This record gives sequence, structure tokens and C-alpha cells, in this order.
Amino acid sequence: MTTPTTLESVTRRFGAVLALDDVSLRVEPGEVVVVVGPSGCGKSTLLELVCGLIEPDAGRVMGPPAVLMPQRDLLLPWLSALDNAALALRIGGSSREDARRQARPLFERLGLGGFETARPHELSGGMRQRVAFARTLLSGKPVLCLDEPFGALDALTRADLQSWLAEALAAEPRAVLLVTHDVEEAAVLADRIVILSPRPGRVVDEVALTTPRPRAATDAPVLEARVRALEALR
Amino acid sequence: MIRRAWPPLLVVALLLAAWQAYVDTGGVDDLVLASPTQIAQALWDDRSLLLDNLAVTAVEVGLGVLLALALGLVLGVLLHWSELARRALYPLMVGSQAVPLVILAPLLVYWVGFGILPKLAIIALICFFPVVVTTFDGLRRVDPDLRKLMRTLDASRWQTFRLTELPAALPAALSGARIAVAIAVIGAVLAEQSGSTRGLGHLMLQAIPNLETPRAYAAVVVMAAFAIVLFYALGLVERRLSHHRPEST
Repeated sequence: MTTPTTLESVTRRFGAVLALDDVSLRVEPGEVVVVVGPSGCGKSTLLELVCGLIEPDAGRVMGPPAVLMPQRDLLLPWLSALDNAALALRIGGSSREDARRQARPLFERLGLGGFETARPHELSGGMRQRVAFARTLLSGKPVLCLDEPFGALDALTRADLQSWLAEALAAEPRAVLLVTHDVEEAAVLADRIVILSPRPGRVVDEVALTTPRPRAATDAPVLEARVRALEALR
Repeated sequence: MIRRAWPPLLVVALLLAAWQAYVDTGGVDDLVLASPTQIAQALWDDRSLLLDNLAVTAVEVGLGVLLALALGLVLGVLLHWSELARRALYPLMVGSQAVPLVILAPLLVYWVGFGILPKLAIIALICFFPVVVTTFDGLRRVDPDLRKLMRTLDASRWQTFRLTELPAALPAALSGARIAVAIAVIGAVLAEQSGSTRGLGHLMLQAIPNLETPRAYAAVVVMAAFAIVLFYALGLVERRLSHHRPEST
């Protein structure tokens, strides 16, 4: 897949509220773009636009199919972890057994081996998030839109999962558009950080990072990017 | 187990003792209120008669509740799917619950006949409404974000229903059926009294004018026991269907 995902001067309102104002954005295939902004700046709206769940009021959204990983894991409580991961395959028409067979290798690669039959309520928050990520990947769409994927986790688990995601993306390269309000997370994961202003969301700055992943939060380029992003947010 | 069982057992024992004393001391004619020992005697003496008639009533109640479950589930889903159906049908359904079946049951029997059909119709009519309400509520409680998730995974409306809504609706419908079980037994008796030659309701109807009061009460005991068993059996199925929710009881 060689087409980039592009937003051209996209504006979106909800009633009288202007959520996004004239936002332009580009995500190249295989690139990880992290959008940082304060709460309520239209980050989730941006992802829903890219995934085609809502339409822009003005401007254009173009690119290959994108899949949304919502903020909450939304695992189906009556399905096992493996069946949850394989949900997209079931929807695509595979039988339960086929879907499981196809999902199992990825499931194991994402460090979930041994938890195939566990129910969501038996999994930790970090595990649930991984299952949700597996489900997102298995939709087979080339662009992943991750909405604060680690927002609900404690700091330690979050750091764990950030490096885990970096590795997972190294193994399964995809174009990723991730939104967060955590500047450190952005600096650890992104090829490019896009900073949005408070509502209405506008792009105020972009920071590129060239150091390869995985990165530590204490690496010099990561710290530099954090400082610059924080300044832009101010 | 014993620890948990003794409080209700104690209460029952005390109530039975008071009841026995009340009847024995002549507080009431035992043709009006049979004493617990008389009822126990009748339960034993008439056991085959009671069981035969229970079988008839049990089939009526079982099929009637199943019918109500199916009807309620379909209607609940319909109300959830269609705003128009909701506006058109909900008031009618509420109204149907106000129909005084006690009076109309004999007419229904006259109309449909003496077989099992009027019994099923009456039980289903009494019981479908709680199922509709719990199914509809269960469907409404499905997380709206789930619908968004299913859309981003390219699920059709039908797939969204089958994978996310139906699994939520089934246990909800069953809990409605549980509410309906006790009233279903009354419905069966009502239907039998309106025209029938068998069943516990018919047995009671015969026993009272024949001054066999203990037998009538024995039939009540059997019916109550049956309702309790059915209630817990449905609860078991419901828990199986929703054992993913450990916090639910």
C-alpha cells in the first residue's frame, strides 16, 4: 500500500461547537504519527474522520481504509480473548474455527499465548489492551487509528505497553495515527508529533524524530522532542 | 449450606406451627383452611393424582412461558430496531396487560376450544410483557461505542445485532421470563378453570365443592413448588448465558 492518508483543510463542528478547524495532516505508509493536544481538542474526532465514521463539514479526507481502536477496549465479555481478537475475521465471513486459526499466530506474537480461552474480565488492563490491539490489526486495514490506547492504564503498565507497541509495529509495520495527551508517550513512539491547539483543534507545530524505536523516555532526542512539544502546547 | 438454609427453614417451621395451632384450636373451620398436617396427608394420599395433573399444568406453563419468551424477544428486538414500532406497539402492549382475563378466559375457551391452545394463549398473553420490557431495556443498555467499533470493523447491521446485541438481549429476556413464571402458573389455573378436564387448576376447582379442602391446598403447594423450581431453572440458564458478568446475581 503506497498511498498516504491525507486530510486537507478539514473542519468539523458538532452543533455550535467547532471541534476541528482547518486541519491538514499526512500519514505516510509505515509512518507513526502521534497527535498530541489538550483534552477536548478534537483528537478523537480526527480519528473518526480518518476512519470514515463521520464526515467532515469542509475539506477532504483521503487514503486507504483505516480502522479505529477506541479509547476503551470494548472487548465482548461473552467471548474468549482469542475470539475477541478474531472478531474482525468473523465479521469478514470466516467460520469460528477458521477465524481462531488465523488469529492464533498474531495472538501469540503479541505475547498473549496461554490466554486464548480467558474471558476479558479475567485479564489485566494491559492484556485487554493487547487483545484490542490484536483485534484492530486483524481487521487487515493498512492504517491504524489508536485513540489514547494506554490512557486508562497505570504508569508502569503504560511504559511497558509503549515499548511493546514499538516492537509490535516493528514486526507488523502499519501506518499509525495515534492520539494522546501524553507528550512523553508521543516522543517515545512517534516518527512525527503533530501538536493540536485547544478547541477548536488546529495544527500548531510538528516535531520529527529520526531515532529508531524502541526508545527510552530518557534518551536525549526524546527529551528534546518533549521539551519542544510542551512549548508548542503552551 | 446448612448455615444458609436455617433462617428460611426456621421461619417456615414457625409459620407452620402457628398455622397448625390456629386450625387445631378451632380458630377456623378446617373446611375453609386445612391444617399443615392435613395438607401433608393429602400430598401423600393423592400423590399420583397430583403428579398426573401437575404434568398437564407443567406442560401448559412450560410451553406458555417458552411462547411468551419467543414472542417477547421478537417484540423487544422490534421495539429496539424501529422507532415506528415503538410508537405504534408499546401503548398497545401496555394496554393488553390491563385486559381482565379472569372474565374473558371463558370466552376465549368458547372461541378457541378446550385443548391446550387457549391455555397457551392466556399464559403467553400474561407473560410476554415482562419479557418485552427486560429485552428492550437489555438492548438499550448495549454500549453505543460498541456500535462504533462494529462499524469500524465493517460489520453489517445484522452482524452487529448477532455479535453484540443478541448476546445482551438473551439473558435479559430470560430474566423477564423469570418474573413471568409465577404469574404463568396462575394463568394456567385460570385457563383450566375456564374449561378443562385435567390439570391442577381443574383439580382444585373440583376439590373445593367436594369439601376436599386439603387436596385443594395440596395442589397449591405443588404449584408453588413447581413455580420455585422453574424460577431457579431459568435463573440457571440465564447465569450460564451471562456468566461473563461475575458481578451479576
